[in-house]
Amino acid sequence: MSMRLNGLIRKEFIQIIRDPSSIAIAFLMPLVLLMLFGYGVSLDSEHIPLGIVTESNSADASDFTASFHASRYFKTSHFSDTRGAVDAMMSGSISAVIVLRQDFSKQLRQPGGSPVQLLLNGVDENTARIISGYVDGSLQSWLEHASAARGLPLELPVKVEQRIWFNSELRSRNFLVPGLIAVIMTLIGALLTALVMAREWERGTMEALLVTPLSMSEVILGKLIPYFLLGMGGLALSVAMALWLFHVPLRGSLWVLFACSALFLITALGMGLLISSVAKNQFIAGQVAIIGTFLPAFILSGFIFDIDSMPGIVRLITHVIAARYYVAILQTVFLVGDEWSVILPNAGALVLLAAVFLGLTWKNTRKRLE
Amino acid sequence: MGKRIFALMIKEFLALLKDRKGRLVLIVPPMIQLVVFGYAATFDLKRVPYAVYSEDRGHASRDLLAAFKGSSSFALKAQLNDESRIAGLVESRQVLMVIRIGRNFSSDLLSGKPAAIQIIADGRNSNTAMLVVNYAGTIVKAFNSDWAAKHGSAIPVHIETRSWFNPNLESRWFFIPGIVGLLTLLVTVLVTALSVAREREQGTFDQLLVTPLSPIEILIGKALPGFLIGVGEATVVTLAAVLWFKVPLLGSILALYIGILLFLLSAVGMGLMISSIAVTQQQGLLGAFFFMVPAIILSGFATPIRNMPSIVQDITLVNPLRYFLVVLRGVFLQGTPFRLLLPELWPLALIGVISLATARWLFRNRMY
Repeated sequence: MSMRLNGLIRKEFIQIIRDPSSIAIAFLMPLVLLMLFGYGVSLDSEHIPLGIVTESNSADASDFTASFHASRYFKTSHFSDTRGAVDAMMSGSISAVIVLRQDFSKQLRQPGGSPVQLLLNGVDENTARIISGYVDGSLQSWLEHASAARGLPLELPVKVEQRIWFNSELRSRNFLVPGLIAVIMTLIGALLTALVMAREWERGTMEALLVTPLSMSEVILGKLIPYFLLGMGGLALSVAMALWLFHVPLRGSLWVLFACSALFLITALGMGLLISSVAKNQFIAGQVAIIGTFLPAFILSGFIFDIDSMPGIVRLITHVIAARYYVAILQTVFLVGDEWSVILPNAGALVLLAAVFLGLTWKNTRKRLE
Repeated sequence: MGKRIFALMIKEFLALLKDRKGRLVLIVPPMIQLVVFGYAATFDLKRVPYAVYSEDRGHASRDLLAAFKGSSSFALKAQLNDESRIAGLVESRQVLMVIRIGRNFSSDLLSGKPAAIQIIADGRNSNTAMLVVNYAGTIVKAFNSDWAAKHGSAIPVHIETRSWFNPNLESRWFFIPGIVGLLTLLVTVLVTALSVAREREQGTFDQLLVTPLSPIEILIGKALPGFLIGVGEATVVTLAAVLWFKVPLLGSILALYIGILLFLLSAVGMGLMISSIAVTQQQGLLGAFFFMVPAIILSGFATPIRNMPSIVQDITLVNPLRYFLVVLRGVFLQGTPFRLLLPELWPLALIGVISLATARWLFRNRMY
């Protein structure tokens, strides 16, 4: 058996080397995706263009706006009336407007205080919320500054001290890069395998394999082993880039990371095999792999979007998405450490899913023609 | 010439739609993506699990905590009596946030001294962490202005926030117009990219070459079906956005379709370029993928272009999706007048013409 298997694996490797697109998926894809996400995608908003409308110039007004000029989160520009500022907001050149009314100084000294208007462009609501938070921060620092300067108790009744654990500088790269490894592994495991199996069926070379003495389990193993090795190679590349290029901290241990990744890769390969055993056509297998594995790994895995905030039925669906468990492990191993209370249940779920996918493939693939 | 192209178009549509699986692939995946994106892609926080560790037994802290409990954004998981349990709860991901209130909170507040509370957030997903802190800040802000009103303490400035174009800051309103662009791109590029590769792989492309069709006729015959399918796709997704997801469509339909048509020039051009280079379907699919993933990520679909490093921002200038998304969001949510859309429309037209011309050139050179 082992000699037959060897032959098949050798054939598979020769095929991988001859058609560069498999190597591209395994090595070029991680490179491109990590570069794109590491450098291109950032949720850290700084220098947000903010319009300030001061209807009358006064010492109080410039004192107040100074806290916005000083903030590294804003890049301010002045407008003399609200109309012009709103036009600028519509065309996208500024994201928010702060309006200080004519009687700002006068009202400031009255018991009710002065209202300051903050107009947000709500189209990009995530940025809008972040701006609103930054404006509150600037207000708080102005209050502290003003109370110190005038000796007045101007402070807010309740102050919030925030502590962000595991990623105190809030670098979005620190969670995007580990999460992306799950997407890459899904691509290598599921998309590549689905395409490769479908190609054998489409070209008719599967029939040639079927008349050989190879058993079906040997055929499946012969496909699994080369692509498993290719996937682990892609993983090693991704981890190296995460650590040395993007400086994401690895607080857990490397062997836990690789062991869990191997587990996930087997699950992903199982998904790919299952897809190709149902769709024996490259176009359809590719589509199904993208819809069934790549997209969920992106959207439904908790990689970017919080799972608890999704509607109930979508949350139920996420339980069968293998990437969900892997993302939880990756984010924890990178940013927290070997936290077994997270790793063990998620690894358990991966084992279960791998068994289900491989079992279904086994049942679905018969050594016969239709 | 027109008749020959028409015949080729009919053949293309037949090849796409002839078998049941092929038809399903055109209809089902975009629908699934629309539903998944529409419901799951959201930055609105709901039911964030949190724990409370409060050493204060006064009224004020109880009022503040009641405000958290009453919010649909948060779900109370545990009331801690022991400080040492905080770390365990956060590390094992049972809660995303812990509110910590010190012993003197109520007495500080009553005596007019600033009272502090601590918000601990799990930073594993730093965007969620920031939103959690912001949501908590909003609740504290409301508590502050209530307290100031009741106790006559002076906060000299209060901020009145208004969100234009999306008053309730719904994530869905931001993402769904973007999905119109995303799905139009995805379907059009896939259909055109694989059409030639499939014929090459199956050997029928040679048959096409010995027909009286000239290369340019073959190109047009391959381009038009992609174009028509793109328009159909955009229309269906727009209808779903308005009728199913109730996203407002404030601007003119005419401006929307001008945007769609100009964008399709680039999408079809890109698909044909990939098509003329790829020899197998796997290469075609891969090429489509290598084009689409950067196009989507560097378009402002999910994260603002402004946050990118300036060199990456320059790269996005050649990305047609970038302009199309501005047009879509402008027409849907802002009702942007046509004259303000012109700065987006002319680059779209330019990129479209260039990519079609390149596709034609590649096609002629890679044909034989």
